[in-house]
Amino acid sequence: MTRQLLTVVALSFAILVSAVAVVQAKHKTREMSHELQIERVERDKLSTEWAQLQLEESAWANPDRVAQVARRELGMVQPRNYVVLESQK
Amino acid sequence: MSRRSENSKLTAPPRWRAHLVLGLFGVFAVVLAARAFDLQVLDQAFLAKEGDKRHLRTVSVPAGRGVIKDRNGEPLALSAPTESVWAVPGAVLEAPEKLAPLARQLNMSVADLRTRLEKYKSRQFLYLRRQLAPADASAVMAVDAPGIFLQREYKRYYPAGEAAAQIVGMTNIDGRGQEGLELDRDSFLHGEPGSRRVVKDRVGRVVEDLAEFQPPQAGHELRLTIDSRMQYLAYRHIKSAVIKNDAKGGMVVMLDPTTGELRAVASYPSFNPNDRGSIDPSGVRARAATDVMEPGSTVKPLLLAQALDSGLYDTSDVIHTKGWFMVGRLTVKDFRNYGDVDFAKILQKSSNVGAARVGLEMGREKVWQGYKEFGFGDVSGSGFPGERFGVLNDFYEWNKVETATASYGYGMAVTAFQLIRAYGAIADDGKLHSLRLIQGDGANMHAPAQQVLKPETARTMRHLLEGVVTPAGTATRAAIPGYRVAGKTGTARKAGSGGYNENRHQALFVGMAPAEKPALVTLVMLDEPKKDAYYGGAIAAPVFSAVMRDALRLLRVPPDNPSLLTASASSSSGGGT
Repeated sequence: MTRQLLTVVALSFAILVSAVAVVQAKHKTREMSHELQIERVERDKLSTEWAQLQLEESAWANPDRVAQVARRELGMVQPRNYVVLESQK
Repeated sequence: MSRRSENSKLTAPPRWRAHLVLGLFGVFAVVLAARAFDLQVLDQAFLAKEGDKRHLRTVSVPAGRGVIKDRNGEPLALSAPTESVWAVPGAVLEAPEKLAPLARQLNMSVADLRTRLEKYKSRQFLYLRRQLAPADASAVMAVDAPGIFLQREYKRYYPAGEAAAQIVGMTNIDGRGQEGLELDRDSFLHGEPGSRRVVKDRVGRVVEDLAEFQPPQAGHELRLTIDSRMQYLAYRHIKSAVIKNDAKGGMVVMLDPTTGELRAVASYPSFNPNDRGSIDPSGVRARAATDVMEPGSTVKPLLLAQALDSGLYDTSDVIHTKGWFMVGRLTVKDFRNYGDVDFAKILQKSSNVGAARVGLEMGREKVWQGYKEFGFGDVSGSGFPGERFGVLNDFYEWNKVETATASYGYGMAVTAFQLIRAYGAIADDGKLHSLRLIQGDGANMHAPAQQVLKPETARTMRHLLEGVVTPAGTATRAAIPGYRVAGKTGTARKAGSGGYNENRHQALFVGMAPAEKPALVTLVMLDEPKKDAYYGGAIAAPVFSAVMRDALRLLRVPPDNPSLLTASASSSSGGGT
């Protein structure tokens, strides 16, 4: 009799523990999927920024602009009078 | 509880009160149980749905269009997110005090905004402004007007602008390809947005991710063989040449002969793909692929190479010309009488008589066969949309006149791609490659290179073509200090409805450098330059020289003729642009 009672009590306790664990796990899942969502938004934001930076970079590095800056601001000229000292492979 | 209650005698309450309370409890219990049964069992489906309605959301997962890059990874077409502002017109009109700040943020006049909203009042959706920068869009939302919403859209930017416009093409405002490779590879580049089912909590945070409803299909990246620096270079030079010579148009095509990869395909007039309003339809065509022209004298090296290759002629053979001769009713004429010429001189002076004599000696079938082997009348393999085959009639339709004219490049039509591909075979020791514009997975299946000439013949031909760029040749101005250049000029009269037109020409130059082992083959064409200077050697050759000089430096090709370099260095000291 007492043995049976003990089993029932132990099982009830186990059920209680597992119920709490389920709740906890569910909560954890939700917390983590929220974090995941935040990261997704972040990724989206970063990829937007990346696209804009690429555009900016290509605008600054536009060969026409580079040539103009080199000529006008830096006073550079195209090498015409050069001697090849050593030809690389 | 109190003293009073201890003193007074307690009388038992009537029994019915207890029964009544108990009975009421019983009724409540039954009602509760019934309600619970109703909610949990009978109405369960409805309620679950209502619950989902409040917490389950479908969120869209954006997928951008693939990037088009050049061979070094520089973007040629790139999608960046923008916000489009849309409105429910009726709702906006209910808050008239917000119209003025809204109009200011949208950069419209208040009256315009109001009339537009009034006009479409019955609609539930109206774009107010499309493709705003994210910062501007949030300024619009800061007005906090009712019935105004944002929609994420991708805008296509073309960093190379008009320099590569015809090849890259462009999309329409809804992000679908409209021209060029954007159109041809639309399904490859296009991204399909997907959606996900999520559970959101009371304050709108996503707390559970259920399933990918429809996975997003990201657009693929397309990598071209184009080198954007060379593309810019080619475009800049052809643009200034077209303007300087008052020509109708022009193009420059550059080819890496060892792989068949196109390095630059530039033509002018062009258009700015970043500004849809400014597009002139004549600039949209990719002339190199879609326009055919008579190759004129530029076919002579191909014909003579086949003559050498078949063993019919030797470079030491002498052909007698006296400035002109008759074939049937046709008079084949040279610029002047060159007397007895060998192959070197035919090319150097671009002798029609010499070429026609060689062609007639070879016979129509061999002449035709020769061109066919060089890929005339055939696809170049570039895979560019709208590429033409050109015209190369079958030889059994030829008589002697056609054979003679074909020998100096008349009576047939080729695209610039076909012509540069044939020269590529001379440059790469006789191997004819399929042209390539796209690298990697997006590329077509390419046929292996075909050996159309013996390697020695190709080498000999390059050597002969160096003579064209000497002071005695027709293209002195194609010379590049420090390099040995091989090439050939061509000037074709354009055929119109009434036969050849004396005043409309196409000036051509196709060349390669360094001559010993060419790193680049370049074709320059100017369409209808002004009348007094229309020869290929006079106007196309200088463009070739300017483009090639810079391109060889970009590719770090070591000079193969340093003696010429030092000689010219002393004469051109202080050279600028």
